Amino acid sequence: MASEQHLSAIKGAKVLMVGAGGIGCELLKTLALSGFKDIHIIDMDTIEVSNLNRQFLFRQSHVGESKAKVARDAVLKFRPDISITPYHANVKDPEFNVDFFKQFNVILNGLDNLDARRHVNRLCLAAGVPLIESGTTGFLGQVTVHVKGRTECYECQTKPAPKTYPVCTISSTPSKFVHCIVWAKDLLFAKLFGDKNQQNDLNVRSSNVSSSSQQTEDVFERQIDEDIEQYGRRLYDHVFGYNIELALSNEETWRHRNRPRPIYVKDIIPTELIHENGDLDKDSIIGDSSVSAMATLGLKNPQDLWSLKENSKLFFEALKLFFLKREKEIGNLIFDKDDQLAVEFVTAAANIRASSFGIPLHSLFEAKGIAGNIVHAVATTNAIIAGLIVIEAIKVLQNNVKDYRMTYCLEHPSKKMLLMPVEPFEPNKSCYVCSETPLTLEINTHHSKLRDLVEKIVKAKLGMNLPLIMHGSVLLYEVGDDLEENEVANYAANLEKVLSELPSPITGGTILTVEDLQQELKCSINIKHREQFDEEKEPDGMILFGWTQALAVEKNYNGASTSQATSLNTEEDEELQFIPTQIGKKRKLSDNFITASSDNSCIPKETKIKRKADEVDCNNGNSDYGREKMEQ
Amino acid sequence: MDGEELTEHETALYDRQIRVWGADAQRRLSKSHILVSGLKGTVVEFCKNIVLAGVGSVTLNDDRLVTEELLSANFLIPLDENVYAGKTLAELCCDSLKDFNPMVRVSVEKGALSNFGVDFFDKFDVVVVSCCSLSTKKSVNEKCRKLSKRMAFYTVDCRDNCGEIFVDLQNYIYSKKKDDETFQCHLDYPSFVEAIAVPWKSLPRRVSKLYLAMRVMEKYEELEGRVPGETSAADLLNVQKLRKELCEAHSVSESQIPDSILQRLLEGRQEFPPVCAIIGGILGQEVIKAISGKGDPLKNFFFFDAMDGKGIIEDISEQKAQG
Repeated sequence: MASEQHLSAIKGAKVLMVGAGGIGCELLKTLALSGFKDIHIIDMDTIEVSNLNRQFLFRQSHVGESKAKVARDAVLKFRPDISITPYHANVKDPEFNVDFFKQFNVILNGLDNLDARRHVNRLCLAAGVPLIESGTTGFLGQVTVHVKGRTECYECQTKPAPKTYPVCTISSTPSKFVHCIVWAKDLLFAKLFGDKNQQNDLNVRSSNVSSSSQQTEDVFERQIDEDIEQYGRRLYDHVFGYNIELALSNEETWRHRNRPRPIYVKDIIPTELIHENGDLDKDSIIGDSSVSAMATLGLKNPQDLWSLKENSKLFFEALKLFFLKREKEIGNLIFDKDDQLAVEFVTAAANIRASSFGIPLHSLFEAKGIAGNIVHAVATTNAIIAGLIVIEAIKVLQNNVKDYRMTYCLEHPSKKMLLMPVEPFEPNKSCYVCSETPLTLEINTHHSKLRDLVEKIVKAKLGMNLPLIMHGSVLLYEVGDDLEENEVANYAANLEKVLSELPSPITGGTILTVEDLQQELKCSINIKHREQFDEEKEPDGMILFGWTQALAVEKNYNGASTSQATSLNTEEDEELQFIPTQIGKKRKLSDNFITASSDNSCIPKETKIKRKADEVDCNNGNSDYGREKMEQ
Repeated sequence: MDGEELTEHETALYDRQIRVWGADAQRRLSKSHILVSGLKGTVVEFCKNIVLAGVGSVTLNDDRLVTEELLSANFLIPLDENVYAGKTLAELCCDSLKDFNPMVRVSVEKGALSNFGVDFFDKFDVVVVSCCSLSTKKSVNEKCRKLSKRMAFYTVDCRDNCGEIFVDLQNYIYSKKKDDETFQCHLDYPSFVEAIAVPWKSLPRRVSKLYLAMRVMEKYEELEGRVPGETSAADLLNVQKLRKELCEAHSVSESQIPDSILQRLLEGRQEFPPVCAIIGGILGQEVIKAISGKGDPLKNFFFFDAMDGKGIIEDISEQKAQG
């Protein structure tokens, strides 16, 4: 194998790695050992403790430093003569444009989120550079090869949206622990500590919503000078007691379900006991994000199962700590799996709710995994996948098109195989990314504003970073640093205009051109005017056809917002992945992949649970929660 | 397992993998002792994997002095004569591996593998051997089987851009999860001697050609008294002769072992790092399964060949052959 030809292909190659995490560390090592001489590597992340069990180029002393830079230094120790160029930056930054990509012979992805994968896919297509894509979760992994015109692009296949839950399951009829977690995290936590202006379904279970909404709003607010204990008990009794009673009053709901049990604080913890805990003022530091209710309560092992009483104490303690130690953050908090106190609060609340509904309780360790969508990861799978990437990269460098394979790493053998190569698929002719198939948008052109179109379609669904919208030769919208002041003002004004009232009106039959100059992606959208949209089933008020579902949010249980295509630079340390569900020679294009979830540090800003079209016979468009019939 | 809890630091460090195999498996890992002999690229990959996973101890055995060739697929030691001159492979690898995970004890055991007695192996739970002769593989495997406790024994061998793993877990009971239920499973493994004695005629017709080719190579090196991998294209004629003899003795067609495979195995003494990563990764996963007693282990040969990209499991055992 180590023929001269093969070695010279490696030696002369200039490659770009995107990601220096789990797969990235293994890949950089294997590339260096294999004789690659010129490697560039982009990663915006810094090193964390939970990386160290597999990202073997990093040590405890590197925590907090740039992954790309530390990885480079570590590899140069055993192969000092090669060139490794690190970039501690986001691959979506404008400096990494098509010209930047063109200097490489092949791009190797070891990324952790769909958004960046889509972005790199587009740049590779625009630059005409082959892409090798990869991912792992637990013992499963895959490597695919994407060469423009020869094989499918990364976005040719529909990637099903992650698991979503009907809003009524979350707010009224949980049957699994995960439902309680979603409730605790996306409803209760968001309501108490998050942005108050966000819509929240926490209180929608009563049949006379309108009359009581004002009154119930106040329940969640701590009154001025209200004793924190008092507030906690009031809140506890409301969400775990009163709200359950209210739900029980809807007899129809419980005809075929186990009736939940309302829980009131007096039955769990006598008054004096609450006062027992936490002599807070002495020991901890104000504003310290490492504040922990577990610590003040003396609960040590996060893998222990705590009783209802312990969880209730944890609930009060965590609530108290938020108000005493982190009051400034209240109103802007977003759940983060690395925020100890937030994890404690969500664990406690989810467990109390689970008790109420007769669902088995879980440990904090487990609850954190569910709430944070933490991807399981081990070193071995990453090492195997990295080896497979290098094998494909060498074929790509030699232009051995007929030998390209996508390879699955399986946990259980299929036809005796643990590593299963499959021939790559041909490009999907109706892919709006790599072919030029136009999209169709149904929208009410008399009601929707240009802003809605930009946010809900161009950014959220098409994943564009720096979009430009044209109607014929008229520019309606554009983003960029080099715009004149009057242009900026003009576009800002357009955003607030209804489509049919724009300088160049958008109406039924209009063909729009939408373009991202950085991604060099251009698509046409045929506009179809439509008067009515179902608020429940079509919450966006517009429907895009011809678009693959790829984007749908990597990480929320509720699939709440479509991903914030432009701005989520939060850390994500895992290797999100796609794994094969069924493997056989003749598969349909659409059923090969399922999307595993990834790390949940990238939280959609909007955390309400949407009523999606496929989950709706839940309430038939009105608020009668008693007649719901649904399964998950 | 026996109720000892993981420390807070262990829980934080191993968080992502505990979510894969559970806290009880992590505790078992941290109490396991592993002997590794023959430290070329694939085994170095394996060592990295199990040290990161957090086994209790790893004992390294390889007294060869370091040469540039031995380091071709080794990322533990710099390709710099000033660093490695005069030191053994095991010593140099030990220093770097310790660094990967301070919670794992890594040490060196000097001496020739074939000279270690049965008692020596008693301290270990897992033995992995590589770069050794056919007779050493056999004898170490037999010594492991003489112990009162059950040992997990593995051999691994990579040549050119392909490789082989052999597994002997003896009488192995493990648990397996399916649809949220846990099952007890049982597998009975043949020893290395028993496995390679299975008549070729009785193997499935489409058995991996690499399996047969590796047996020819192994036998050839044994007969010629070569160090494993010390072969070249010049040996082809003699290897073809041996192939003929073996195929006739087993009454199988010589076409089961094409020249092209023999040539690759003869000439490809240099390891191919991506294959080392792949085989070392599979081996790491198997050892972790065997220690934790969780998940289907492979029985009893694994082959990977970069030429076709397949990673295949072959069950080479008597009962299978008869059934």
